[in-house]
Amino acid sequence: MTLSRVIDKIWSGKLWDFHGGIHPEEHKLESSEVPLVEAAIPPLLVLPLKQHIGSSAEVIVQPGDRVLTGQPLTRPESRMQVPIHAPTSGIISSIEPHTVAHPSGLSELCIHIQPDGLDEWRERFPLPDYQSLTPLELVGRIHEAGIAGLGGAGFPTDVKLATGREKVEILIINGAECEPYISCDDRLMREEAQRIAEGIEVVRHILKPRLVLIAIEDNKPQAIAAMQAVVDGEQVQVRVIPTKYPSGAARQLIEVLTGRQVPSGKRSLTLGVIMLNVGTVFAVRQAVLDDEPLIRRVVTLTGDRFGKPGNAWVRLGTSVRWLLGQFQLNPEPRQRIIMGGPMMGFTLPHADVPIVKISNCLMAPSEVELPPPGEEMNCIRCGQCADACPVSLLPQQLYWYSKAGEHDKAQEYHIDDCIECGACAWVCPSSIPLVQYYREEKAELRRLEEEAQQAERAKQRFEAKKQRLEAERLNRENRHQQASQARREQMTQQAGGSDPIAAALARVKARQAELAASATTPGIPNLGSEAIQAARAARKQQALQRQQGSATQPAAVTPVLTAANPAQDNPAQTSTDPKTAAIAAAVARAKARKAEQQAASDAPVTPSEAATTQPAISTAAEAPASETAELDPKKAAIAAAVARAKARKAEQQAASDALVAPSEAAATQPAMSAADESLAPETAELDPKKAAIAAAVARAKARKAEQQAAATQPTMSAADESPAPETAELDPKKAAIAAAVARAKARKAEQLAAQHAASSGSSTSAPADPTPPSSTESH
Amino acid sequence: MAFTIASAPHGHSQQTTTTMMRMVLLALLPGVAVQVHFFGYGVIIQLLLAALTALLTESLVLLLRQRPIGSALRDSSAILTAALLAVALPPLAPWWLVVLGTAFAIIVAKQLYGGLGQNPFNPAMVAYVLLLVSFPSQMTSWMPPQGVSQQQPDLTRAAALILQGNTRDGVSLMQIRQSVDGTTSATPLDTMKTQLGLGKAVQQVQQEPQFTALGQWGSGGIGWMWVNLAFLAGGLFLIGLGTIAWHIPTAFLLSLTACSAIAWHLDPVHFISPTLQLLSGATMLGAFFIATDPVTAATTPRGRLLFGALIGGLVFLIRHWGGYPDGVAFAVLLANICTPLLDSMTRPAVYGTRSNSKGG
Repeated sequence: MTLSRVIDKIWSGKLWDFHGGIHPEEHKLESSEVPLVEAAIPPLLVLPLKQHIGSSAEVIVQPGDRVLTGQPLTRPESRMQVPIHAPTSGIISSIEPHTVAHPSGLSELCIHIQPDGLDEWRERFPLPDYQSLTPLELVGRIHEAGIAGLGGAGFPTDVKLATGREKVEILIINGAECEPYISCDDRLMREEAQRIAEGIEVVRHILKPRLVLIAIEDNKPQAIAAMQAVVDGEQVQVRVIPTKYPSGAARQLIEVLTGRQVPSGKRSLTLGVIMLNVGTVFAVRQAVLDDEPLIRRVVTLTGDRFGKPGNAWVRLGTSVRWLLGQFQLNPEPRQRIIMGGPMMGFTLPHADVPIVKISNCLMAPSEVELPPPGEEMNCIRCGQCADACPVSLLPQQLYWYSKAGEHDKAQEYHIDDCIECGACAWVCPSSIPLVQYYREEKAELRRLEEEAQQAERAKQRFEAKKQRLEAERLNRENRHQQASQARREQMTQQAGGSDPIAAALARVKARQAELAASATTPGIPNLGSEAIQAARAARKQQALQRQQGSATQPAAVTPVLTAANPAQDNPAQTSTDPKTAAIAAAVARAKARKAEQQAASDAPVTPSEAATTQPAISTAAEAPASETAELDPKKAAIAAAVARAKARKAEQQAASDALVAPSEAAATQPAMSAADESLAPETAELDPKKAAIAAAVARAKARKAEQQAAATQPTMSAADESPAPETAELDPKKAAIAAAVARAKARKAEQLAAQHAASSGSSTSAPADPTPPSSTESH
Repeated sequence: MAFTIASAPHGHSQQTTTTMMRMVLLALLPGVAVQVHFFGYGVIIQLLLAALTALLTESLVLLLRQRPIGSALRDSSAILTAALLAVALPPLAPWWLVVLGTAFAIIVAKQLYGGLGQNPFNPAMVAYVLLLVSFPSQMTSWMPPQGVSQQQPDLTRAAALILQGNTRDGVSLMQIRQSVDGTTSATPLDTMKTQLGLGKAVQQVQQEPQFTALGQWGSGGIGWMWVNLAFLAGGLFLIGLGTIAWHIPTAFLLSLTACSAIAWHLDPVHFISPTLQLLSGATMLGAFFIATDPVTAATTPRGRLLFGALIGGLVFLIRHWGGYPDGVAFAVLLANICTPLLDSMTRPAVYGTRSNSKGG
């Protein structure tokens, strides 16, 4: 059915009905027959910042400020923020949390005003010719007046009007007031019908609907008459609807007036309908025409325990306690104070709660008029709840599922569509507090949804991390590849197209020279980097000479180098050359050790020890270093580590010595520099940290390998050495093994040498030859 | 001062389970009164025995289950179950029959499932079927109604027959049940079933004295018609009060009427008339008091209609092709099985979920 046909039917006076509903005793007369009174200005006003759906606006006053009636206290920064205003003039005493009107007695930030009793207004700008303003300007004015739905939901009215502009066909003014006991809208319509009509005109000017319906339940004949007297009955009509709770609920009222149902989960605007409470319309009129922001509202005070029930204009922020006193509450022992009506209102934990924009009623019932609920009994599946439900839910099934925690089922049975009107609980013969079960279930569902969202976020984070790590890994691999590529290219470039091995050889020679220098000049280790630089310069010099082929090779080093390049130089000798080299090295080492032992008792320990350890270290260091001709940093590091280990050993032997530290430094320095040097050219972009780590790892490995080395076959070295030049990124393990093998060989060779020395019989004191090996080797 | 906290809604319709149960008991009274008139005081004794047994067994089980006894007894649901069983039993049936039946209804059919509201099957009908299957002879020993037999036994004789099996002067139930001409009598439906099974036509069977003794008013079987009408009155009273919904009885009776009308129209020789169907046996008791047991019936409006229609159809089928003369108990139990399915099949469209085509 199209909307115009609906409007035609409405014109013909048709009313529809909604499913279910109940007819509780109305109890309107207690309060509705007394004229509206003005509640006085209380001694303190407590204004919660947030009195509507949305978020609170920014506070623009400070404690100690004097504010005038109607002066804004907060400044909204977005549409869902609604400002609050000073209900009277006075001093801001504090801005602090205070219990607010909420079932659980929550505290929220409130502005406390000490009224001065003058009720002095700020400057006002009445606007009798509001038609001169555009709808949007009027919406802005309504926004500034802080108007939020006074019917109970507290939805910002300006937002409703702004979104509804040009889409609204039917504007419904809700004066149904279906909840028992409450009569504030009834009273307002009776006494302020003219102004409500003016408010309707303002809203019509903004929304331009085709039809305005003022819905009033038939139990309010005087309000109906009053409203009918002030509207034209054409574009604006009063619709008298049958009294049935909850006909004043937005969706139910729309169905009653239009026969159409607002789709589940949508707003009424999808039907072209907007609904405003009569109190809201009155507030709009006051704001637009009189420039009076929302600072007061009509509150029904009813229930048997009130000495003076009735309706009153109450300033927002007025304490409930003060109102109870004003209207002569005569409390009974287990007094309930209900904010709102008996069907949907909530009990207040105590009376220090302020009246806010949505507080329409304060009830103080006696136990006789509203007996406390009976004992909850078993559900007997009578189905009266389903008959009463205005949303056509199956409250009984919702109850089972809520109680059993079957959340999926509860949602499948549309628990989200429950409007918590309380009709089901009202009819339930077993006195089951059904609505309470639904509220708990809804809260649980909200919690689960939040948890699910959090889990989803965590999952996304995890996935993102995985992706990032993967990307980093790829990136790293890529970089390594590029680096090795660059190294290779650099190698060839540095060598000027010639054999890189030759360059390596040159470097080894240079190192020899350096060692010699350090041996001959004991001061060098203490000189630090300067000395090293000098040594480096010397090395370079030597390397140049070597390249020209004019340099002499120290006897001990030559075989090592040959062994390092078996594939190139002499593949046939692969198995023999390392041996010789090792022997040579071992001899050197043996000599060194002996010398060292002797030196232990010597007075000038430093130079001698440094000198003696050096060659041994350098040999060990050189072996792996030269093996990997294209200078793997890792290998170099291993070499350095091995060298250091040896030096440490030597150091331990020289434990009694006072000058150990410098000597160690001297001993390690060259080895380190060897490692350093080899690292430096190629791994310019390499992180020093990484190099250090690599060195440490290698060190550990080398040590381990060393322990195992005793059993290792010397032949392994040959197998090891050949792949070295090709595989740029050699496994550190392999390097370690190589180092270990070299060491093992050296040791073996040492033993051999010892035997040899013994068997040669040249001298029993041969091992005790005081001459440091370095001196013999150097030149 | 601190105020009392309560959850909305703060008001209540003041209708409670207890008042519902008592209203149903009240509505049973006309039927019981007519039964007493036609079948003697045995009905009262059966009711008392049943109620006593129900209260005792309910207390016992609640004691064992460690549940509050007082409030459960006060809700009158046990007494209602007992009453529904008692009015369905032959008025002069031996005492142990009603005691056994009531105990079974309360202990097994109700409390073992979790008590009030938890039982899937109507307890009174479960007990009735148990007794019918186990003690067919005792369960079919109905007295010939007043008007057919000379005189119903008075209260003391009835009590003696029920409690001792024979009166002080040594007359047994069998002898009492014999009518003037020496033939025993059964319920009209029983007679109909037996005679039709012997190849007689419906019209011939309706010449039997139990149908004719009261002339026009005996068309549903002497007494039974009045009993049914009394239960109908009680049922309408309940609907008027809103204690039971109209859906189930209406659907039940319409469905039974429709089925029997079609069959009777097609073959009046072998099918009894809709009037006899509606006004004999346990039709009205079943339609307004048994099938409407909220615990075991469907709860949605459409579900209730289907539920009632299903029972009506089953009653017709069982009466004509089943092994028992009446089928209300079996039909109700079979429909109870379907309740969860009916409820989930017939969920109403929630507000805002149907298309806005409702024009009116």
